[in-house]
Amino acid sequence: MKFSIYRYNPETDRAPRMQDYSLPDDCGAVMLLDALMLLKQQDATLSFRRSCREGVCGSDAMNINGRNGLACILPIADLGQPIALRPLPGLPVVRDLIVDLTQFYNQYRAAKPWLINNDPEPEMERLQSPEERDCLDGLYECILCACCTTACPSFWWNPDRFLGPAALLQSWRFLADSRDQATAERLDDLEDPYKLFRCHTIMNCTDVCPKELNPSKAIGRIKQMLARRVL
Amino acid sequence: MSRIARRRFDALVIGAGGGGLRAALQLSQAEAHVAVVSKVFPTRSHTVAAQGGINAALANVSPDNWHWHMYDTVKGSDYLGDQDAIEYMCRAAARLVVELEHFGVPFSRLDGGRIYQRAFGGQSQNYGGEQASRTCAAADRTGHAMLHALYQQNLKARTHFFDEYFVLDLVMDTDGYCLGAVAIEIETGEPLLIEAKATLLATGGAGRIYRTTTNAHINTGDGMAMALRAGIPLQDMEFVQFHPTGIAGIGILISEGVRGEGGYLINGSGERFMERYAPHAKDLASRDVVARAIYTEVEEGRGCGPKKDHILIKVDHLGEEVIKKRLPGIRELSRRFAGVDPIEGPIPVYPTAHYSMGGIPTNRFGQVVAPVQTGPEEPVPGLYAAGECACVSVHGANRLGGNSLLDIVVFGRAAGNHILEILKEYRYHRPTPNAAVDAVLERLRRWDRKGDGESVDVLRDEMQRLMEKHCGVFRTGKVMAEGIKKLEALARRLPDTVLRDHSRVFNTARIEALELENLMDVALATIHSAAARQESRGAHTRLDFPKRDDMQWLKHTLYNRDGRRLDYKPVRMKPLTVDPFPPKERVY
Ligand SMILES: Cc1cc2nc3c(=O)[nH]c(=O)nc-3n(C[C@H](O)[C@H](O)[C@H](O)COP(=O)(O)OP(=O)(O)OC[C@H]3O[C@@H](n4cnc5c(N)ncnc54)[C@H](O)[C@@H]3O)c2cc1C
Ligand code: SF4
Ligand code: SF4
Ligand code: FES
Repeated sequence: MKFSIYRYNPETDRAPRMQDYSLPDDCGAVMLLDALMLLKQQDATLSFRRSCREGVCGSDAMNINGRNGLACILPIADLGQPIALRPLPGLPVVRDLIVDLTQFYNQYRAAKPWLINNDPEPEMERLQSPEERDCLDGLYECILCACCTTACPSFWWNPDRFLGPAALLQSWRFLADSRDQATAERLDDLEDPYKLFRCHTIMNCTDVCPKELNPSKAIGRIKQMLARRVL
Repeated sequence: MSRIARRRFDALVIGAGGGGLRAALQLSQAEAHVAVVSKVFPTRSHTVAAQGGINAALANVSPDNWHWHMYDTVKGSDYLGDQDAIEYMCRAAARLVVELEHFGVPFSRLDGGRIYQRAFGGQSQNYGGEQASRTCAAADRTGHAMLHALYQQNLKARTHFFDEYFVLDLVMDTDGYCLGAVAIEIETGEPLLIEAKATLLATGGAGRIYRTTTNAHINTGDGMAMALRAGIPLQDMEFVQFHPTGIAGIGILISEGVRGEGGYLINGSGERFMERYAPHAKDLASRDVVARAIYTEVEEGRGCGPKKDHILIKVDHLGEEVIKKRLPGIRELSRRFAGVDPIEGPIPVYPTAHYSMGGIPTNRFGQVVAPVQTGPEEPVPGLYAAGECACVSVHGANRLGGNSLLDIVVFGRAAGNHILEILKEYRYHRPTPNAAVDAVLERLRRWDRKGDGESVDVLRDEMQRLMEKHCGVFRTGKVMAEGIKKLEALARRLPDTVLRDHSRVFNTARIEALELENLMDVALATIHSAAARQESRGAHTRLDFPKRDDMQWLKHTLYNRDGRRLDYKPVRMKPLTVDPFPPKERVY
């Protein structure tokens, strides 16, 4: 197996470079993350984030052969070699495959991703029909991996003003929740030429989402809701 | 003292899983000045991986009440659980699950709009009668749904987060008070002293002492090892839960919820073998029972596959609709990691290290308790623990599925409340002695040494194999004694290990080295505690002592790092308000 991996350590490197690595074909690695961990045994300085190794924590998002994805759930057999690994595009690189996600998390917070309901709290659960609950499927499962936002050209061009697909998916997750009462407030927040309307439906986000979620559609739904409000 | 940056808070929460976040929320909502430190961004904590659900006697699906839940938990624990803590947890369960719903957790719903509940192992109606459905679920992504909602509520409450900071050790003074902790900012490698009037350890489990585990790479028992180094013993570490159904060879979890929805296990000849081991509860017997049954089937040559080294869990009869609606995450994992779509075929599974029943001893207020002067129930001032790193003990010798997500919110919240109480009394921070901080920094500096030496990976790998071989599902005195010898020898090689990366910025090799030190301490605690307990109880199964022995062993183990000394303390058999459940033979 052959790899070409982006290397950059700000303490020693003036500029990033690509470094070649290889592993024997019978090394036992099935997923890309397995291979990265074996490479780290060869070269301890190779740095990347990882935790769950099963695609639920969102730690090991990176750019793999030009496409954003999670290393732990990508079978090596499905990838062309040499496998080119780069950090997620559009964000400052901390080191090697590790990017600074501050901007991404700020966008998430700006979407006010928490349930707002000002009624007195009932003794029991708030009722929600299975159909109402179905509206949250495809939204609540987001693992905040940033694959989508860092694949979005509108984010690259307006990183500080456009909220990006991941945060907008969260906006829709709460707008779509029958228990949430802050619809007007949430829509007011989004009625801005940049935060939402920089999305030009390029669909990169939906293409790359490793959880098969559809931020682009969620954004479309918010736009529809805003349009209906104007009428 | 070496000059390092310092920050001061009322309370410090170490760990941003469900336990830490629930505690932090209690504190933030009461406007205490609280900091949460986590070595990964909060939503990447391992609570995110919990699948099946959280127990509470809501009675939405089957008749239920907290007394039955309490009975099942005591029985599940093989009578080693403390009944005061168990009563407290089971009584609080319904209210806290409802509260989670109010926090926004997207629970699955029943037709009338109430929270969906599924059957799980070891659950009964009416003290051992019909199967109960007590596990509240958000499809099979309950942990994800909970962790994200708790993080979101903390954002709303403006909790202060130190994300990607690795805590090295607690800072204790000579009077035995905990004064906070020293962490390093992973991005810069800079140390930071965080001073607090109260410190809560919520660092999760230690599944990575084993080779095959359902746990994330970050579950390295850091908090448990910090407690040991601070002179606090660990309780009941011999009780490690092996989950019956990890994907064979890989360990990724196939939730008990799969059996709760009607899936069942079959051996090489297609037999539903659980009927032989647990005629009444069958596939939904307690986890220790099912894990032993699978292990036995394979040992006796009735396994599946070309090597007959696993068994199968059959799900396809549930139909596409149920699988897609109730088990979408399992389907995704099975397709990816086992290469089978459960809609079409059975999933290969085998018992896998899953959960630490033992941990840092606490009382039901979350206070860490250790025998210093007055006895084993004496609180360590300023120090709390909650969640999987703690042992309160509600799980005793065997945890019931769905009770850990409950444990973390119940005792996370309880610890938060108790901290609020003591904050009223502690007006000022006690001074931090320089020596205490220097000792921690020395631990960090040790890894600056260059030159030849063994690598961290080699030692970790050997440790994990040793634990699997010498302290697994079935244990004997002889095999464990040999294991101790080898593990002690391995631990002696640790000081000569060197790092091959000495940079400062985001040095993950350094973090892995520090984690290995923690793993080693926890592995030693586990095997020493296990070798000493000469009986079989819950998850601790000894071939040489096959029976439970209440006369001699109805007691908690306390393992001390110094001299590997073992103490014992009584089980708290008296509940808070109801009659005790005296030990009985445990059949399912
Ligand atoms: C695959 C899987 C499925 C499960 N399913 C269920 C289920 O359905 N129902 C159920 O009840 N239980 C389930 N469990 C068990 C349950 O999920 C865990 O026991 C529980 O989530 C632990 O929560 P916690 O808050 O104690 O720890 P964790 O969620 O593990 O969080 C630990 C935190 O501590 C931090 N930390 C650790 N060390 C350090 C350090 N040195 N410095 C700084 N921060 C540190 C981590 O970053 C993390 O934020 C499951 C477990 C697994 C592995
Ligand atoms: S659809 Fe919108 S959000 Fe998604 S990639 Fe395109 S521009 Fe970005
Ligand atoms: S929407 Fe998908 S790609 Fe985007 S952050 Fe969430 S899980 Fe990742
Ligand atoms: S390691 Fe958690 S998503 Fe890949």
